[in-house]
Amino acid sequence: MAAPMLRLCCPGRRWALACIDGCSRHRRGAPNGCTSSRRRGQSSVAQQPFITAQKPRKGEHEWAAVVGLEIHAQISSKSKLFSGSQVHFAAPPNSLVSFFDASLPGTLPVLNRRCVEAAVMTGLALNCRINKKSLFDRKHYFYADLPAGYQITQQRLPIAVNGSLVYSFCAGKNRSQVINKTARVKQIQLEQDSGKSLHDDLRSQTLIDLNRAGVGLLEVVLEPDMSCGEEAATAVRELQLILQALGTSQANMAEGQLRVDANISVHHPGEPLGVRTEVKNLNSARFLAKAIDYEIQRQINELENGGEILNETRSFDSKLGCTIPMRDKEGKQDYRFMPEPNLPPLLLYDTESLPAGADPQQVIDIDRIREQLPELPSVTREKLVQQYGMLPEHSFTLLNEVGLLEFFQNVMKETRAEPKKVTSWVLNTLLGFLKQQNLAVSESPVTPSALAELLNLLDRKAISSSAAKQTDCILHSHQQCVKLLVSPHPRRLLLLSVFLIADILVGVK
Amino acid sequence: MQFDQSKCSVLKGFVTIKDGCAHVVPAAAVDLYFCSVSPGPCGGRLSTRTMLGRTLREVSAALKQGHITPTELCQKCLSIIKKTKFLNAYITVSEEVALKQAEESEKRYKKGHSLGDLDGIPIAVKDNFSTSGIETTCASNMLRGKGYVPPYNATVVQKLLDQGALLMGKTNLDEFAMGSGSTDGVFGPVKNPWSYSKQYREKRKQKSHCENEDSNWLITGGSSGGSAAAVSAFTCFAALGSDTGGSTRNPAAHCGLVGLKPSYGLVSRHGLIPLVNSMDVPGILTRCVDDAAIVLGVLAGHDPKDSTTIQDPVKPFVLPSLTDVSKLCIGIPKEYLTPELSSEVRSLWSKAANLFESEGAKVIEVSLPHTSYSIVCYHVLCTSEVASNMARFDGLEYGHRCDIDVSTEAMYAATRREGFNDVVRGRILSGNFFLLKENYENYFVKAQKVRRLIANDFVTVFNSGVDVLLTPTTLSEAVPYTEFIKEDNRTRSAQDDIFTQAANMAGLPAVSVPMALSNQGLPIGLQFIGRAFCDQELLTIAKWFEKQVQFPVIQLQELMDDCSSVFENEKLASVSLKQ
Repeated sequence: MAAPMLRLCCPGRRWALACIDGCSRHRRGAPNGCTSSRRRGQSSVAQQPFITAQKPRKGEHEWAAVVGLEIHAQISSKSKLFSGSQVHFAAPPNSLVSFFDASLPGTLPVLNRRCVEAAVMTGLALNCRINKKSLFDRKHYFYADLPAGYQITQQRLPIAVNGSLVYSFCAGKNRSQVINKTARVKQIQLEQDSGKSLHDDLRSQTLIDLNRAGVGLLEVVLEPDMSCGEEAATAVRELQLILQALGTSQANMAEGQLRVDANISVHHPGEPLGVRTEVKNLNSARFLAKAIDYEIQRQINELENGGEILNETRSFDSKLGCTIPMRDKEGKQDYRFMPEPNLPPLLLYDTESLPAGADPQQVIDIDRIREQLPELPSVTREKLVQQYGMLPEHSFTLLNEVGLLEFFQNVMKETRAEPKKVTSWVLNTLLGFLKQQNLAVSESPVTPSALAELLNLLDRKAISSSAAKQTDCILHSHQQCVKLLVSPHPRRLLLLSVFLIADILVGVK
Repeated sequence: MQFDQSKCSVLKGFVTIKDGCAHVVPAAAVDLYFCSVSPGPCGGRLSTRTMLGRTLREVSAALKQGHITPTELCQKCLSIIKKTKFLNAYITVSEEVALKQAEESEKRYKKGHSLGDLDGIPIAVKDNFSTSGIETTCASNMLRGKGYVPPYNATVVQKLLDQGALLMGKTNLDEFAMGSGSTDGVFGPVKNPWSYSKQYREKRKQKSHCENEDSNWLITGGSSGGSAAAVSAFTCFAALGSDTGGSTRNPAAHCGLVGLKPSYGLVSRHGLIPLVNSMDVPGILTRCVDDAAIVLGVLAGHDPKDSTTIQDPVKPFVLPSLTDVSKLCIGIPKEYLTPELSSEVRSLWSKAANLFESEGAKVIEVSLPHTSYSIVCYHVLCTSEVASNMARFDGLEYGHRCDIDVSTEAMYAATRREGFNDVVRGRILSGNFFLLKENYENYFVKAQKVRRLIANDFVTVFNSGVDVLLTPTTLSEAVPYTEFIKEDNRTRSAQDDIFTQAANMAGLPAVSVPMALSNQGLPIGLQFIGRAFCDQELLTIAKWFEKQVQFPVIQLQELMDDCSSVFENEKLASVSLKQ
């Protein structure tokens, strides 16, 4: 199986693989040193950073993988991109469908202002140039969950272009070294989501749910600046955090609010890029990394064995852990793009270009949106490092776990304990406990206040650190205790803790 | 002008029309109209029969004054619809709806709360406008198959209903409005009421044709031929058409009506089943220019459901009576003088130009140099949008679905083959060809550039001080069906749209006004093209012209002996152009 092997590969490495003997099929590249920034201007094909393997053996070929991403983020908005239907996840089938969504003849699209603002905000957060004039196009293909026979998107002139997404790794020994990488954002475009096809194989029929049809999407196109699954997954995770911080998308991958297609190719360094495949609909960060790494390995194997890579669309089978060609996307599609004639060009303004006396309801002012930008994750992490003297990798963990940062901040508010100590408790003790119990932060039986009080006790040396942690251990293992801990009253926890501490002290003695 | 001033003043006194409505009734006709007044117990009530040949504005005044009730009017129109059924003007007659609307209108009139000029006025709507609860077919098996009934009203339909208009029914057309004859719909061709007019029949007798009369009926033009026939045959007082390349103006010219294509963006397209979104405009067919202005006044304005409508508030369209045209500059585009133009139309065109000149207007020859590319450019853009717009008809959500269920693709293919006629399928094929990645630049993009050049031609002309352009609407008068079908739809459309579709490419307002009868006794219309969003100015000039030419009323007494007195305008001169 290729995937586990590939996971050994460090982030940001190129693939240096030897295939001759069939046993040492891949080799780790040298750490770091892979942040080449050679670019060809606006070209969507970037020179892929790679490292030369140290002293390649005779007969050994190096491979570099190139990964670009198309990320679809469902815009968090009350109504759809071009119609007044509500947007809800898991509503009864076909209960959120307007005449337009069902493509009744004669209906016309009306652009949702909120979706435009979300796109502008996301564009600004990703350092894009916001196009003051953007256009809508029709992309045609026949599919049962695409009622109009075309999707309205922004092919020619998207709303935002030429941005960058900076994402970071913790690498090296103990993963203590933070490496910043940049993936260029080619463009962000507004487009419609499709409906959902539910295939009932038993009765060989397909059921169509149009609730999702017409929901606003932001398609974020990342240039092929990544080189392995983990890089791609990390970039996506950072984008997810940004979208969530902005509130422009809930970006929940499990609910399909963030979907990723990956374009993958391999080539020998110094040679032209290889034929790429597209792996569609990757719905979790884990599968994303797995699918990309599998596909890279598959392509290498294929080429090493004298085969060729077809320019095709593949899907990831999470059960089998491999990518397979998508049957219904066979053959090259010609989308027959055409300007959407029912939508005039989308015009945006800034403070300078804002027409005098313009109705604020009718115009969108980029500068005003810029002022409303919330703090981005990278800034939050920086602040954590500066404010609390936290290690950078800890700041990453705090942000990566949903709700953990808030938990941490709430504990900080109520305790006089050292930030470092709080960090350690939150990241090691609490998070460890939650992971072990398979709980989300929001499901934590230990409330921030309870932890704060415990830390206060520690601070006053009312109990010793090791005892407290032992307490924790007991808490972890003791089913009965856990049950008690679920009780919403924090004092109970404290009482219980004190009780247990006393118990421990007795035991120690 | 043969206009009896004293009679006219009677007319004024009676229905309080200030400026002798544009549909000028020659003296003889006025006589006739007033002969049939039968002072009843309530005094001064007009017979419903006499109302039918009137203009919308006249009948509206009569309704307001209680000379006739909406129900009476509605029933009379319904009976004419039945009598003229053979014209094939209507696909659906919404009798119940109309009678119910008439009843409500009547209540309003009784309370003195009429909604306006359109309250109680029978209208018809082309069957490519969505009508809530009333089947909408586009004259295609695709929608007719399962009886597609839209759940909503097109904005223009809603606006008419909000004004109290009575919806008599949905009118016939070429399938999905693709055609210029109203001959290529699944319900069969529409017959031009003028085929049965006294004016035409007499001329034919003179020429002593021995052909079978019945087989020699004339086409209405199209694609809004059903709407044109409906207004022309007195089944309603105004009708909605749609105009993508001339589909309202062309049948208006052939049926002796005023056909208005408003500026693109002035009237909402929401609910109009599209042909070419970037050129479609709801059109208005009426018996006179003032009526068109009344309807336009109701329809015009921003629609939040159509992003291409203008935001600026629209003022009501009241047309002043132009008395002095000496400040006007009329442009005569030299490229419109094509060899195909019939000598009769050409001579009327020049007569019209002389008329303006003799009244002091400046008439100049202008050039629209890219005119010759217009048809081919239109073909590329039209078919491309058609290919796209027709993609939604896949048999899944609504409309026809074939029985084949081997695969979704097989179902799509068979559904679309069965649902669309050859014309529609042909345009879909060409359009998809033009949109292919390898062809897009060479065809679609180039056609768009040419479209820009054509639009710029107009801008240049209007910037040079021209107020309106005066052109023919059609190459000739209406031709017999047997003649028309000798050419295929594509050839016909290309020929027949020649003078009209450039206005669609440029988004300009244009109106066809009937000028005179041909030697054969058939109507010939001329077209005025105005500056974008200067619809009112355009109509004002059209109204002046209409008043000068005094186009005759169609005489259909042989067609409807029962209503003979309505149509008995025997003393009418066929052409009453000012001499």
